[in-house]
Amino acid sequence: MTDKSASFVYVTFIRTTPEKVFEAITKPEIARRYWGHENVSEDWQPGSSWQHVRTDEARTVDLVGEVIESDPPKRLVISWANESQKDDPDQYSRVTFDIEPQGDLVKLTVAHDELQPGSGMLNGISKGWPQVLSSMKSFLETGQGFDL
Amino acid sequence: MDDDDVFKALADPSRRMLLDRLCEKNGQTLGQLCESMDMKRQSVTQHLGRLEQANLISTVRRGREKLHFINPVPLYEVYERWIRKFEEGRLSLLHDLKQQLERNKK
Repeated sequence: MTDKSASFVYVTFIRTTPEKVFEAITKPEIARRYWGHENVSEDWQPGSSWQHVRTDEARTVDLVGEVIESDPPKRLVISWANESQKDDPDQYSRVTFDIEPQGDLVKLTVAHDELQPGSGMLNGISKGWPQVLSSMKSFLETGQGFDL
Repeated sequence: MDDDDVFKALADPSRRMLLDRLCEKNGQTLGQLCESMDMKRQSVTQHLGRLEQANLISTVRRGREKLHFINPVPLYEVYERWIRKFEEGRLSLLHDLKQQLERNKK
């Protein structure tokens, strides 16, 4: 059996509302402003597919997956794989977004698990998520994301 | 939770070592972390508390176990605010140097 034991948990606190965080993940026109990518799905309902699309002219699809669970604006669970490896079930990992209000802040927890130790994906996301979450926080609090 | 918490949490060698341990292997229990630290369990617990308060680690309950994960998001914010600027300076220096050298070649 493939070893998919690696996992990460990222947390950021954002001065905003759970609805805005959920939209920042699922609405292409918002994600493109801080992520350098859009997350595109027809309806973000369980069983629907989603794509992670670069915001350049070529609109390259970098990642694909399926919506596993959706409970806006509290929780979203999706599967996650490189587009080039989409036919291999072993290459799919899982990302869980948990969004909970804490006073006047929102706690966003991103758990990325079912990853293969030593895989390229593991390498990529360990750099990628801190950037994306910092940029999202900056965007939601100041209107300005980072250059990703 | 602010920058002060992050810098204070990092201003201790044991806490930095705990972060190193989690970098090597993410998602460890208190017991596992204690094994690699030459320190009383109670002290490790306290240090982990400070790190969690600064949002430098997050914890997840899995069954009866509590797992500790390094959370690099606040570190990235420090990088973005305090380090990236200087890197950009260095990059533009390299760029100028390259232009200068290429101009001399002509």
